[in-house]
Amino acid sequence: MTDPLTIRFPSVTFDTATGSYVLPLSIALEVANYLRDDAAYRLDMATNVAGVDWLPQVIKKKVKTSVTNAEGVVEQVESEVSENKPGLMEVVYHLISVEKRKGPLVIRLQTTRENPVVPSLTPVWRGCEFQEREAFDLYGIVFEGHPDLRRIFMWDEFKDFPMRKDYVESDDYEYEPTPHDAVLEKAQKHYPNQT
Amino acid sequence: MEINMAVDEALKSELSKAGIFTTTIEDIYNWGRKSSIWPLQFGLACCAIEMIATAASRFDLARFGAEVFRPSPRQADLMIVAGTVTKKMTPQVVRLYNQMPEPKYVIAMGACAISGGPFKQGYNVLKGIDRFIPVDVHIPGCPPRPEALLHALMTLQRKIDSQRSIGKPEAVTNRAYNDRSEEYLIPRFGEHDLVPTHNPLVFHPTAIKRTE
Repeated sequence: MTDPLTIRFPSVTFDTATGSYVLPLSIALEVANYLRDDAAYRLDMATNVAGVDWLPQVIKKKVKTSVTNAEGVVEQVESEVSENKPGLMEVVYHLISVEKRKGPLVIRLQTTRENPVVPSLTPVWRGCEFQEREAFDLYGIVFEGHPDLRRIFMWDEFKDFPMRKDYVESDDYEYEPTPHDAVLEKAQKHYPNQT
Repeated sequence: MEINMAVDEALKSELSKAGIFTTTIEDIYNWGRKSSIWPLQFGLACCAIEMIATAASRFDLARFGAEVFRPSPRQADLMIVAGTVTKKMTPQVVRLYNQMPEPKYVIAMGACAISGGPFKQGYNVLKGIDRFIPVDVHIPGCPPRPEALLHALMTLQRKIDSQRSIGKPEAVTNRAYNDRSEEYLIPRFGEHDLVPTHNPLVFHPTAIKRTE
């Protein structure tokens, strides 16, 4: 990709699979200011901020290798290689330019699941304030530099982050007259003859 | 000897053919109560729109004397729980119910108010308001048609009509007269869920027979 953004900031990578830019956290605020102010972009509005939780994955691939066997004949041998993909906590911003009538341009900030801290882009786009609070509330992503980082949907005493993939919900399925599918599995724990 | 206050229905019918109207104080009292229900004016979600439609001209809740929606719980005697009750909203709903004077009634309107409805597997929705307050009439539907709400109101009117205000203490079913009125437990916001998740004094799920 050759565009003004990746030329100006070579450490910003373009992900063709999702059509989005991945920003290094150290320069995220600088890049955001550039995208908003530069004449080439003028992305003056952040329409959407979303958290994404990626669990660690094991990706299995089949690889063909050429092996010379005992008789000196070259053979194709198929072997399985597993690749460990670490978990990620991600924040996705959709930016549009009202002035140039262009967009959306998608940028992503990636951090670890264990200590999810990203710089807040609320100082750049004020509209991010509540949506970053939502990502904090439901995913536990901490936005450094956010003016008012509190829970927005759940109550303040709540400790969990319910949109995380490893969230364990509280069990209140004791009365299910017509359970099916996922509810059936949860209701079965309350059946009297269950061990 | 106990004096039987109720009028013999057959005798009542026979006398009315002869042009004589008989009744009891209790019947007139209940007729007055059921014909002038004042609902509490509040809605929680889309069911409230159907409740508004019920109160408006096409369905005309005024025919049942229940058109005066009161904005204060202290002036209301019917709570129509119209919509999804989130866990964050539950303490406020119970608090409003506690502030209503006896005798008071509750209609749980729609799938959400009954059981959590389409959101029941969510982390934030209470699986039925009957976990915390006693419900008189449940209406299924998502949302229920205004006719269904009218039917619920008529069902409630029948219930009010059958309530006793005088007689032996155990026979008195009107809670304004039987000292069984109580303040219901307001749940606290816990670290993972409401504490407690239901009021055991109110919520008695019937045992379900399972066939494996």
